Amino acid sequence: MFDRILIANRGEIACRVIDTARKLGVETVAVFSDADRGARHVAMADDAVHIGGPQPSESYLRADAIIDAARATGAQAIHPGYGFLSENPEFVEAVEAAGLVFIGPSAKAIRAMGLKDAAKALMDEAGVPVVPGYHGSDQGDDLLKGEAGKIGYPVLIKAVAGGGGKGMRLVEREADFADALASARSEAKTAFGNPDVLIEKFVTSPRHIEVQVFGDGKSAVHLFERDCSLQRRHQKVIEEAPAPGMTPEMREAMGAAAVRAAEAIGYAGAGTVEFIVDGSDGLRPDGFWFMEMNTRLQVEHPVTEEVTGIDLVEWQLRVASGEGLPLAQDEITLTGHAFEARLYAEDVPAGFLPATGRLAHLAFADGCRAETGVRSGDTISPYYDPMIAKIVTHGPTRDIALGKLVAALGETEVAGTVTNLAFLSALATHEGFAAGEVDTGLIDRDIDQLARDPEPVAADVAMAALEAAGLSEPGEMTGFTLWAPLRRQVLLERKGEVIEVGVEIEGASARVTVGDHEVRAHRDGSGWRIDGRRAPRVVRVGDLVTVFSGAGFGFTAPDPLAVLAGAAAGGDTVEAPMPGLVKAVFVAPGDRVEAGAKMAVLEAMKMEHTLVAPRDGVVAECFVTEGAQVEAGAALIALEEEVAA
Amino acid sequence: MKLQSQVVTGSEEYRANRAAHLDALAEIQAAAEAAQAGGGEKARERHVSRGKMLPRERVANLLDPGSPFLEIGATAAHGLYDGAAPAAGMIAGIGQVNGRDVMVLANDATVKGGTYYPMSVKKHLRAQEIAQECRLPCIYLVDSGGANLPNQDEVFPDRDHFGRIFYNQAQMSALGIPQVAVVMGSCTAGGAYVPAMSDVTIIVKDQGTIFLAGPPLVKAATGEVVTAEDLGGGDVHTRLSGVADYLAEDDAHALALARRAVESFNRVSSVSVDWQSPEDPAYDPDEILGAVPADLRTPYDIREVIARLVDGSRFDEFKARFGETLVTGFAHVKGCPVGIVANNGVLFSEAAQKGAHFVELCSQRRIPLVFLQNITGFMVGRKYENEGIARHGAKMVTAVATTSVPKVTLLVGGSFGAGNYGMAGRAYQPRFLWTWPNSRISVMGGEQAAGVLATVKRDAIERGGGEWSAEEEAEFKRPTIEMFERQSHPLYASARLWDDGVIDPRKSRDVLYLSLKAALNAPIEETRFGVFRM
Repeated sequence: MFDRILIANRGEIACRVIDTARKLGVETVAVFSDADRGARHVAMADDAVHIGGPQPSESYLRADAIIDAARATGAQAIHPGYGFLSENPEFVEAVEAAGLVFIGPSAKAIRAMGLKDAAKALMDEAGVPVVPGYHGSDQGDDLLKGEAGKIGYPVLIKAVAGGGGKGMRLVEREADFADALASARSEAKTAFGNPDVLIEKFVTSPRHIEVQVFGDGKSAVHLFERDCSLQRRHQKVIEEAPAPGMTPEMREAMGAAAVRAAEAIGYAGAGTVEFIVDGSDGLRPDGFWFMEMNTRLQVEHPVTEEVTGIDLVEWQLRVASGEGLPLAQDEITLTGHAFEARLYAEDVPAGFLPATGRLAHLAFADGCRAETGVRSGDTISPYYDPMIAKIVTHGPTRDIALGKLVAALGETEVAGTVTNLAFLSALATHEGFAAGEVDTGLIDRDIDQLARDPEPVAADVAMAALEAAGLSEPGEMTGFTLWAPLRRQVLLERKGEVIEVGVEIEGASARVTVGDHEVRAHRDGSGWRIDGRRAPRVVRVGDLVTVFSGAGFGFTAPDPLAVLAGAAAGGDTVEAPMPGLVKAVFVAPGDRVEAGAKMAVLEAMKMEHTLVAPRDGVVAECFVTEGAQVEAGAALIALEEEVAA
Repeated sequence: MKLQSQVVTGSEEYRANRAAHLDALAEIQAAAEAAQAGGGEKARERHVSRGKMLPRERVANLLDPGSPFLEIGATAAHGLYDGAAPAAGMIAGIGQVNGRDVMVLANDATVKGGTYYPMSVKKHLRAQEIAQECRLPCIYLVDSGGANLPNQDEVFPDRDHFGRIFYNQAQMSALGIPQVAVVMGSCTAGGAYVPAMSDVTIIVKDQGTIFLAGPPLVKAATGEVVTAEDLGGGDVHTRLSGVADYLAEDDAHALALARRAVESFNRVSSVSVDWQSPEDPAYDPDEILGAVPADLRTPYDIREVIARLVDGSRFDEFKARFGETLVTGFAHVKGCPVGIVANNGVLFSEAAQKGAHFVELCSQRRIPLVFLQNITGFMVGRKYENEGIARHGAKMVTAVATTSVPKVTLLVGGSFGAGNYGMAGRAYQPRFLWTWPNSRISVMGGEQAAGVLATVKRDAIERGGGEWSAEEEAEFKRPTIEMFERQSHPLYASARLWDDGVIDPRKSRDVLYLSLKAALNAPIEETRFGVFRM
């Protein structure tokens, strides 16, 4: 085993690798960019090396800097994580040339799988099913029809030179083939000047099922499959293992195919063979086809670890350090069911835009596995993938594991940025998903329902107001009055709108008015209750108040002192602060000036006073010229009046 | 010594007492709520529509969130001026800002523009008196048109009239008691001196105004036409005149600035008593309502009340076997050591001597005094006059009058005649005086007063040879009895600020605690007693 390894990555995967390395007694070296100086992976590692600027190209993609760091710190091997340099054969070669071990497959294996078409041909040779199709140059009508019949309907006719759906036809029955071919050809001719077509199997209800493999360079084993069908624009959202509806025969067939694929390229380390699966009529051993192979550890590897009890990073380190495969195929077992949900800082209602922000508060459900590279107080920067965590649950059955996922998502607390938590919860409770009816089109079909932006109810606002006012933990004398409690006005801001809330509190009882709603809350030993039910938890960090009801609602409690009355008053003219002589005027009517720009100099009491623009604007008029003697308060320069936006 | 209660909480008598007390309480509650509603729905809506906070909201937003608020004169002016001045048009009370006790005075502009009725002046001065005695910084939330002109003769000229407000401000400032004004509306004429006489003044932009004469008076006097804002608005006073120091954007901002002003007071609290960890009474204060007879004429053991007020119901009774109609002893109220002086019947010479002795003892030790007043007076009759009950009573009155320790008086029953004096009635300047809804206060009982008048009248008639039937006598006595009945009612008393307020007996412990805590903001001075008539 290595004594010391370097992890050429950041975020949760770097932390994940450090965890296992530490368990194995291996020291770790982290690398970090300017943006990650205080990151969790840096804090966790035994040593850390700064490798450059915040852009990945200035740091995490710099092979030379990373290899230098490994040499400088005495690391014997480099773990690439996923992304960045993990599937870069030149990097593998450079690492090896430096006399270090790359924890992963050979450059050759990576290259073999790097080119999709070549990989497909290679797999076809190795006896791994690929999507059936006809790509020949012979374009005779009958030949094409015959090939279509061999492939089996439904089929897709695609323009060879095509793209964007032009010249593409879906053919359900043989009877329709001739017409469809004619129209596809004519469209292809018009669009691309080339009428040639190819024919491919059309997968009606496609599912994305992948098989985890592990090789030692000679032989390989598989660790069963993962279903990653829940995708949005090819981004996986929730993954699970095993795949719903998987049969032993099909698992056997897929596993064997994946092992063949790995062995065909002499694969070493952890890899994933992705298949497209026809889910239209149940899973069948003849209904899966090779898509591509990922020659690295996958983001979603934890679900495999959960159902096999195997630490894949441990296997990576052991195999890379020269050991054989730790277990034989028949020693690998599958127990229960696991899910992984990817928690991102992203603005779902705005179209899943990546978000940034400082995580004022971050907490996960007790007992769930949360793989994360950030802590409370850390920042989600714009430079990297905005993933906050992977929430992983495991249970004896799919139902139980999913129930645990729903609960774990419900208890996840993130403050300081918008997240996709509500989306994940909606997805985890989606009826079709719960029933195991997964396919890659599910999210797009129900996107409106899934991406709804929940609004806080009065009780949520009430709890935010109590917290904002510092009343969330009342004492015996809190709010004591002789007769009726005093009503305190609490202002909250949410999405740019001000919410006025009235709070009356006396001891453990509160009456909170939110618009037309009145919320009565009572506090007992376990916290606040509203209508007998436990009130949502609330966290305040600075002026940010987050109510953890549903996916969490953020409010701002504005500081009443953060206003400067009169600061903007009289902002249209520059006046002489005292009697004096105008030494210089720097602007002329029509000039655009920024707040603070020098406009004139006044000499008075032996001092030269620089007069600056009170705000951004355009100079309307200069009332004085150089050499003018002016009285205190005299208007010197006027800005054009601001037009209300 | 833990007191042992003899009260049977399930008894018929207990339930009847409780019901009667709750009835009396409901009457006060209704009066208090009416007072808190200020000038009525319309006026409140108009006030809010101008972007102003309601006065009680201003108080709440000035104080620390959830700060206890010990309100003074909550039902002041109740039934006076045809009900035109609920709460006398202002809110006064003690609350906390940044954890420090402060006196807050807030005009209620929904009540006749916040103008000062005679009771408003009295309430303002009483709050200032408390502030001065307890050394509480004063924060004035000003929104007032000044003196109520139709009542000018009872508001302006006398010693304890309007001018005294500014005199007090100057005196307190001289004593180092900070004076802060927040101008949230008008500050006209004499009212202009509240902000002008303050150490620090905050004014709300486009809302607060300060001027000696408003635009109408200026026009009448000099013909000058000027807007209120140009005459004395926030911009003018913070930029040109210097009458105000901070310009606030709105009420919320102004109150935040006032809170910040308190931060710069640089006051160090001195602890003058030996605070203990507080402990709940062994008997629930809620039981007071059932334990205390509804009828004032029914005697009961005052220890039943003490057991429900003090920490752990522990009471170190002093001189328990001597002068038994006055109960004296040491206890703690929410951790604060107190000497309790409580009536348990009419005062005899021994009881008065014991009272004087105990007050002297507490003065020596600088222990605050709590008086639980339920007194029909000193015993009368030849035996008692001859043994010098007036002399012994005078000893107690002297001790109570001249002690320097803070006194807090609670009227838990009757307060009649000279008993009122010996038991730290209003004239004896207790720091605070609170009353229960069942309490009654008058120079003597209505029956006795009517009896005295009837005896004089009967003597005159009979001297003239006339006759006076029992029916005629009863008819003669009725108006006097009724008058005493009306005038001794706690709401009648509180309306005139003979006390600081009527309270819910169940909150007595909290009120005593807050009163003591407020009083202890001032150091306890050395006592110098007057001459005791031995």
